[in-house]
Amino acid sequence: MLYIQQTAAVFIKDFKSELRTRYAINALVMFVITTLSIILFSIGGERVSPDVLAGMLWVVIFFSAMSGLSRSFVSEEERGTTMTLQLLAQPAIIYFGKLVFNLVLIFSINTLVVTLYLLLIPLFTVQTTSIFLLTLFLGSFGLACASTIIAAIIAKANSKGTLYPVLSFPILLPLLMTVMNATKLSLDGAPLSEAAGEFRVLVSYSVVLIAVSWVLFDYVWKD
Amino acid sequence: MKGKFWKIFLGVWLSIVIIVGMSLPMVPSPQSFFEFPIIPGLDEKARIIFFHVPTAWIAVIAFLMSMINGIQYLRKNDLIYDVRSSSAAGLGLVFCILATITGAIWAKFNWGAYWNWDPRQTSIFVLMLIYGAYFALRSAIDIDEKRASLSAAYSIIAFVTVPFLVFIMPRMMTGLHPGSASDDGAGPVVDFSMDTTMYIVFIASLLGFTLLYLWMYELKVRLGKIELYYESLRSHD
Repeated sequence: MLYIQQTAAVFIKDFKSELRTRYAINALVMFVITTLSIILFSIGGERVSPDVLAGMLWVVIFFSAMSGLSRSFVSEEERGTTMTLQLLAQPAIIYFGKLVFNLVLIFSINTLVVTLYLLLIPLFTVQTTSIFLLTLFLGSFGLACASTIIAAIIAKANSKGTLYPVLSFPILLPLLMTVMNATKLSLDGAPLSEAAGEFRVLVSYSVVLIAVSWVLFDYVWKD
Repeated sequence: MKGKFWKIFLGVWLSIVIIVGMSLPMVPSPQSFFEFPIIPGLDEKARIIFFHVPTAWIAVIAFLMSMINGIQYLRKNDLIYDVRSSSAAGLGLVFCILATITGAIWAKFNWGAYWNWDPRQTSIFVLMLIYGAYFALRSAIDIDEKRASLSAAYSIIAFVTVPFLVFIMPRMMTGLHPGSASDDGAGPVVDFSMDTTMYIVFIASLLGFTLLYLWMYELKVRLGKIELYYESLRSHD
């Protein structure tokens, strides 16, 4: 019970400081709008195949995540609050608090991205809504799991911004390929059962990464 | 003296492997011991197995060794394990590049293009990205201990995601590589249905390359140890 309370406390701390600085709300929303307009300009009046659009959706999501999710750990280093946090709570609690924060962040970003994508690109029509929503949920979940631990790693390094996508991409590749495939299925109107394999992969991916991060976070976090 | 014997032995061993692998004739139905069978769809190009597969094998083994030494570092906090881990990774990157290039050249003649995004090509590409990211991370951290623990953590995370690539990729796309699931007839590479001569040369080559790798690895570790010692002397001043 105490663990959950402490995890919640770490999350609320991050959430409050986020509301004060409004980094995500300002910078990330603008980032999403910028990327989407680049895609809209590059498509122009062309008839692009749904497969390409499914891939591009996840390209936007990947880069939005890469520009936003490292924030939770990098800001601690920048403000010099890492030491205080190390004294106050156990590493596992910090990790889960940050993971919950990143989950909330990625779900809000992705809701925005998908809403805008569906509104602005008429060719992107989802046939099987259940597949699409499940893919989006599980995909965002896995994305947050992988990028939280990588964020903890790069927070201690120099040139954080460049390093983050470089380190995350090989880790995220299995996830990205699976979600792109599942999104294609949802656009083609495949029945829900056909994407069962993809969902299994996504669930096991998240479970494996949370387990590994939990074990490794002690070593990454301690100075 | 003992070391000298091994070096000469390895040189002779690998020379024999290369000469035999390149020069034995390929015939439709081998009668004598000194002939290779023709594999349909591969022909003379099948000879690449003696050089390409060992490099890919070492690229994977080096990654494994790097990760195991990384775990050892996290457990024991001794920088020597970091030297071993990074030495293995450095050699792994070299062999990974070699495997990719030899594979691409072979693909040009067998499939008609240097790069086809075949599952096997994609997975070696991802391995190369992981190695690249590992060294990018290492160069971005100044403190030795921090560099060691973070790069160890990264190699472990990368290692657990690799099975997803190995098992997902073939399911999602059809493969061209000999030995992949959709390959019929042309693929003796994975199920080892080569004839005895080919099999012996292949194993000999695998062994030779592995020994070569271990030798290079030992040299790198020795150099790393000296550097570590030198650093410790300098910090005492």
